[in-house]
Amino acid sequence: MTTNKLQVSVNVNGEQQDFLCEPRQTLHEVLRDVLGMTGTKEGCADGNCGACTVKLDGRIVDSCLVLGPEVQGSEVETIEGVASSDGLHPIQQAFLEEAALQCGICTPGFIVAAKALLENEPDVDEARIRHWLAGNLCRCTGYDKIIRAVLSASDKIKEA
Amino acid sequence: MATTDFRVIGTRPIRHDGTDKVTGRAKYGGDTAAADLLYAKILRSPHAHARIVSIDTSKAAAHPGVKGVITGMDLPELGPGTIEVGETPSVNAMQMSTNVMARTKVLYKGHAVAAVVATSVHIAEEALAAIEVQYEVLPHVMDVRESMKDEAPLLLDGQTTTSLGKDTGKKSNIATHTVFEIGDTSKGFAEADLVVENEFTTSPTHQGYIEPQSAMVFWNSDDEITIWTSNQGPFGVRTNTALLLNVPLSSIKVIPLEIGGGFGGKIPVYLEPVAALLSKMSGHPVKMTLTRTEVLEATGPTPGSYMKAKIGVKNDGTIVAGEAYLAFAAGAFPGSAVGAGAMCMFTPYDVENLHIDAYDVLVNKPKVSAYRAPGAPQAAYAVESVIDEICGKLGMDRIEFRMKNAAKQGTRQVTGVPLGSVGNVEMLEAVKNSDHYNAPLGGPNRGRGVASGFWFNAGMQSSATLQVNPDGTVAQVTGSVDIGGTRVATAMQAAEVLGLEAHDVKPVVADTNSIGYTAVTGGSRTAFATGWATYEAANDIVKQMKERAAKLWETDASDVEFDEGTFTRASNSEQEFTFKGLAARLMETGGPVVGKATVTPPGVGAGFGHHIVDVEVDPETGKVDVVRYTAFQDVGKAIHPSYVEGQIQGGAVQGIGWALNEEYYYNDSGVMANSSFLDYRMPTSLDLPMIDTVLIEVPNPGHPYGARGVGEVPLVPGLAALGNAVTNAIGTRMNQLPMKPGKILSALGEIDN
Repeated sequence: MTTNKLQVSVNVNGEQQDFLCEPRQTLHEVLRDVLGMTGTKEGCADGNCGACTVKLDGRIVDSCLVLGPEVQGSEVETIEGVASSDGLHPIQQAFLEEAALQCGICTPGFIVAAKALLENEPDVDEARIRHWLAGNLCRCTGYDKIIRAVLSASDKIKEA
Repeated sequence: MATTDFRVIGTRPIRHDGTDKVTGRAKYGGDTAAADLLYAKILRSPHAHARIVSIDTSKAAAHPGVKGVITGMDLPELGPGTIEVGETPSVNAMQMSTNVMARTKVLYKGHAVAAVVATSVHIAEEALAAIEVQYEVLPHVMDVRESMKDEAPLLLDGQTTTSLGKDTGKKSNIATHTVFEIGDTSKGFAEADLVVENEFTTSPTHQGYIEPQSAMVFWNSDDEITIWTSNQGPFGVRTNTALLLNVPLSSIKVIPLEIGGGFGGKIPVYLEPVAALLSKMSGHPVKMTLTRTEVLEATGPTPGSYMKAKIGVKNDGTIVAGEAYLAFAAGAFPGSAVGAGAMCMFTPYDVENLHIDAYDVLVNKPKVSAYRAPGAPQAAYAVESVIDEICGKLGMDRIEFRMKNAAKQGTRQVTGVPLGSVGNVEMLEAVKNSDHYNAPLGGPNRGRGVASGFWFNAGMQSSATLQVNPDGTVAQVTGSVDIGGTRVATAMQAAEVLGLEAHDVKPVVADTNSIGYTAVTGGSRTAFATGWATYEAANDIVKQMKERAAKLWETDASDVEFDEGTFTRASNSEQEFTFKGLAARLMETGGPVVGKATVTPPGVGAGFGHHIVDVEVDPETGKVDVVRYTAFQDVGKAIHPSYVEGQIQGGAVQGIGWALNEEYYYNDSGVMANSSFLDYRMPTSLDLPMIDTVLIEVPNPGHPYGARGVGEVPLVPGLAALGNAVTNAIGTRMNQLPMKPGKILSALGEIDN
């Protein structure tokens, strides 16, 4: 069976990527199944858990709610683009130091979302973090250590 | 056991698998792939109860891109009854198989009836729509009390009630009736000055792990089967898949992937046997991932319950008798943890006279599976609510009451078995003296609730091997899937023995051909039992390396001492080797050193928890906000305190969800009406305060470092603590969960509900 695949060009984590995808494939499927970038996780595939959070042209989105062809010409940042060759991002480091992950499946989504928050609002308090991250579900931690990790990362980023 | 003497135990090193998990590099269930991979999807019943008249798969099989279709009849017929399978307790294989895929009847909405494998997920989904199933819809029964009636529609043709261990021969949805009894409750209640009885209901709730079940299977041409999966127990997957496929256990290798939560819900096999058959049929590796709706509709929730609890006390607060009636809805097949609930519910208290009737009942809902201290949270909700009412009537402080009746070492449980060394009293002291317990509520419409909880914790079997590297580090291999920091918690125990740092031990979780049998990551057993195995394997290394030092010093091994990472010659303390120094000399002294151990630890340490929660109820909307939460727990010795705190915080929040809003909401057709994360609505960060934890460390004498299991106890007290808090806030006893806004408004007399 053949389907009409579309050619899509997109910048992912600073690299130009060209791929073919079916119109019905989501960005989430494209990242994982076509580009092999499985750091973006699946929890529900219907926009309710935030495990597949990526940054799309400066905004965080659930990649399961974006169709692959929609990202033509866009810039996408995934969890794979958060750490640099110099090492982990301060948020990633804070997640490790604060033990802010247990199973870790929600962690990439939380880190991408928290990074977007701190880039826009370096001065955050607990209430703001809780509000911002309300679209990301975690079932293991009760969120306590995640909130502390983001607060800690916020302090470290401001100090740097 | 001096808890201050440890170098590594009790510290907070960064977990070894952490970097991979914060960078997205870690491979979870859905993250693995293979060349020429195919994708499978399952067709599920739209009905809660129906006979399958016919299934026509021909159009689906002819759909372009489809490589195979199976129905339940393609799974082997296994014969009735339970069978022994060697490594795990006896199981009813045919029931397990029929839950994986229905054969003649569907027993719940979402029950699997057929599966398709195709070149893409989307094509497989298209093909599902082309399968034609004719159903004869049957009456369904959803409520546990309705299902226990003689006139209820029967789910399983051959199901009869086993009562007090004997098959009554009576056809019924009641699978078992079990009685637990000590003393004489009629005598006990006769001595009571006050008797309080109440009834309670709870809804099924889901474990809610964020990663849906996912597996990849390849059935090779030589009939060797490889399974990549994120189950809590790779060895259990091997056993159960072999059983359901009727193939030799040794023909299956299970490669455990990282697991995105489980909480007991990822112990059963759902996908692996189906994917295996489709792989055999197609000759390709086959991957299956459930949707969230499938996870909610067809994988193990926790049993809903109807319960009664009755407690008699003297005027001074002494409990003289307790009675309970527990009816748990097991779903479509027997096996709710009602017995475990019964055995835990009164355990925080020293009560001479107890009687509990426990019923395991079938209903047209998915077959339940374990959820963190299975059975105990519901049962504790009943007992702790009645105790709250008693304390109110006696005008007695709720912690004083619990201290007066507190179970301690030697207290007889309802099973008749006395408790070992436990920290219940020490924990209650900490609660009584805590800031939270003594703080004012701080606002109108607020209430405070407290509750205790108990769980046995498990031991079971674990294996470990440790290989000494020439640079003085150690590679560690275990069979325990790491759900929440057990690589680091087990490596720390080996490091403690060897005088190394946590990061000098490099933990690996191996496949079923590469490590000895290791039971499931569950039962709060992994840091305890697999940690014990790494401890023993490390001691095996010490023994072997003493022999190497002795060889170099031309003395006897008994002349070599080992302390804090240094080998010293007893007869000449000038002669010593660091661990690293000696590790570099292994090849010249006999070759590699590998330590190994298998353990079945007998010294499981049972655990108690106590939670305090403050809530604020909005009288206009009925919404309950949790404003402060403190969880106390006797953890024995916290190996890695951060991950112990994390277990407690996560469990407490699952309790909050269970108490306040999580439920399986069914329509009149027996269809779950809220089968998405949006509608099921687990707690989000916005719903919660910080969750404070207080670790009580009363060492477990049954573990080398005093550890107790910690993972399950945190879910036990929360339901009752929330119930008591809301009751305290609104002045009406809340005896139905969840306490959603409608129920609160109804209790306040604002609406009829």
